[in-house]
Amino acid sequence: MRQELNLQGNRALLTRANPLSKLAAVFLVTAVLALSIDWVSASVALILELLLFPLAGLTLTLLWQRGWPLILAATVGGWSTSILAPDSGKTLIDVGLWTMSEGSLELGAGFMLRGLAIALPAVLLMSCTDPTDLADALAQKARLPHRFVLGTLAAMRLVGLLAEEWQTIGMARRARGVGSRGSALQRVKATLGQSFGLLVQAIRRASRLAVTMEARGFGDGTRTWARESTYSSLDVWVLGGGVVMAGAAFAAALWAGTWNMVWLGS
Amino acid sequence: MTATSQHGASLAARPAAISARGWGWRHAGRAKAAVRALDLDIQPGERVLLLGPSGAGKSTLLHALAGVLGDANDDDGEAGDSDESGSLLVDGGYPREQRGRAGLMQQDPETQVVLSRVGDDVAFGAENLAVPRDDIWTRVHEALADVGLSHLPLDHPTSALSGGQKQRLALAGILAMRPGLILLDEPTANLDPAGVLEVRDAVARCLDKTGATLVVVEHRVDVWKDLVDRIVVLQPGSSTDSAVLLDGPPDRVLSEARSMLTAAGVWVPGYVPDTRQRSSNPAAGTGGLLLAAEELAVSRERARRKGFRKVPAEPVQQGISAQVRAGQALAVTGPNGAGKSTFALTLAGLLGPVAGKVSATVALSRGAGIDPYQWKAEQLIERVGTVFQEPEHQFVTGKVLDELLFGPRHLGHGTERVDELLERLRLTDLVDANPYTLSGGEKRRLSVATVLAAHPQVLVLDEPTFGQDANTWAELASFLSELLDAGTAVVSVTHDAEFTAALGGTELRMAAAPAVAP
Repeated sequence: MRQELNLQGNRALLTRANPLSKLAAVFLVTAVLALSIDWVSASVALILELLLFPLAGLTLTLLWQRGWPLILAATVGGWSTSILAPDSGKTLIDVGLWTMSEGSLELGAGFMLRGLAIALPAVLLMSCTDPTDLADALAQKARLPHRFVLGTLAAMRLVGLLAEEWQTIGMARRARGVGSRGSALQRVKATLGQSFGLLVQAIRRASRLAVTMEARGFGDGTRTWARESTYSSLDVWVLGGGVVMAGAAFAAALWAGTWNMVWLGS
Repeated sequence: MTATSQHGASLAARPAAISARGWGWRHAGRAKAAVRALDLDIQPGERVLLLGPSGAGKSTLLHALAGVLGDANDDDGEAGDSDESGSLLVDGGYPREQRGRAGLMQQDPETQVVLSRVGDDVAFGAENLAVPRDDIWTRVHEALADVGLSHLPLDHPTSALSGGQKQRLALAGILAMRPGLILLDEPTANLDPAGVLEVRDAVARCLDKTGATLVVVEHRVDVWKDLVDRIVVLQPGSSTDSAVLLDGPPDRVLSEARSMLTAAGVWVPGYVPDTRQRSSNPAAGTGGLLLAAEELAVSRERARRKGFRKVPAEPVQQGISAQVRAGQALAVTGPNGAGKSTFALTLAGLLGPVAGKVSATVALSRGAGIDPYQWKAEQLIERVGTVFQEPEHQFVTGKVLDELLFGPRHLGHGTERVDELLERLRLTDLVDANPYTLSGGEKRRLSVATVLAAHPQVLVLDEPTFGQDANTWAELASFLSELLDAGTAVVSVTHDAEFTAALGGTELRMAAAPAVAP
């Protein structure tokens, strides 16, 4: 968990782009996809996103390892949509209670592709963006208060520690006779107690970290930045790429006549 | 690296002077003052070791000097607010108005690291002091070299550092601020012996180079004695006495106050507290066999799921075989990262083995099955008791007495042993206290007592003497020797050679290579 927050030696081209421009590009693409449930805009975006993988240092194996819950969720969502959506067109499968027709299959496929196409940019962004660089950009370029941004960044480092602490507290409590096995009620009670223990430790850790940061002069005063967050010509390409992807998805769906605004119903 | 050497001289910031006049501090919500009537002068460049029993206000003083105690006497004047009296000045000014003049290192290495890359973490303090960007990186390189971490790339992840390295990194972060005053609050209490020396030597090098004033709080006097030129002993505040009990050069203070310091539990050089001798120390291999590990491979990780594949955990140590026998002590020793604690937790039925097996004999399992990991929690605690390194992890109630009664009540046992344990581990006066509010030594004694209240035949302890004062240490060693004589098996994971010697028994030494039991 702690390692996954790092880039692990990823030296791909997109790691050098400014996190803010990447964020903006991701926002553009997902915003367009969120507007319509259709398989054309989603597939176009999905194909373009897959083409970007090498630039972000992401491989299909890595994607599957990090994003398999998302992929599964999109597939299950698509499947249930194609079963439950109102039928139209030729009926393909009819098994008593549920049926799948051409129309519902199209809607289901659109739903699944759209889910993937919306989730993928976020996976792409995280795989080529270091949290520290993101914080630098948010504070220096987006002018968010540095106290808030750096505080969040430091706290995120503790999240990984808490995962380890959770395991330790679980064992320590078993050694006191608090079973995490047994009936559902016993499990809930055990989990609640363990959460309380974790909360106590989290607060202790956080207050010690706050003292450390304050003792290093952290506060509201003016500060300098050891790492300057800069824009380069690469960021123009990133932003431009975002516009092109969003535009391509939209145009393709319009051209194919499948554009289907979410709130207008089908 | 020519740039570094040119800037070398600039690292020598002006050493800070400290002056306390009748200074006192009461924490918000506390009835008693943490420090009262402190008069103390420390000259620029002096190196002071601060000693005293717990509750003498050592940490409070360091926090105040670092300017992180917060504001006392706020305008709102609420009754619950903290309270300051007298004056405490650094270079004639209030510490909290002098950001960066003092650098503070605390005990827990994990919370001394702020950012996730080595270079960024060192730069953090300098950034906050608004040092120009180019100067920051000069300072970062220099500070990393001074603490002996210059071999690490600047983007090295801080989570991959050892405890000793984390503390040295924290020192580098402090040095990059060019402070005139370095404050160390038990900087080596959580480290193994190698880590302790690593940090001590780095501090010595940096002080020689910068000439900064040093104030260090630490139980283990021998580690710091040769580095400091003055020892100040504090005592808990009373309205009449001065807060400073003794003050002078190390040798003089240590010889004058040796008996007083040992009585207060300070680890004075060359002093090993007396402990109870074992009345019978059976030869290795005797005593009924209770628990055996065969060709064990251990890991804290569980098998991980990568997509559809299940990847087995990577063992930290493998091929471990050991036997736990009634009335016998087994000490698990070896360097940090060798998997000692992981092995002990696996032996104690808290972690499942990656390979090999842990089996309980009939004398221990009494019908519960051969594999301790499969036992229910209630079955486990009356067979194998485990005391964790951090006592707070094991507290499950809000009162000392409830903590002790928890195990016996759960098992439906009588509670007759509880009174005996309260008495024996000096917890009788604390029965109504909240476990989290106890001192370090009290927490340790309580955590041992709570586990023993369930009557386990095997007791497993993870670093029981870490950070403990000499009094708690001696009590613990004596108590465990009594248990051993009464037939309990004691397994302890420890770096402490004197503790191992006091308990006797066999030693399982784990190296980076697979371990072989004696």
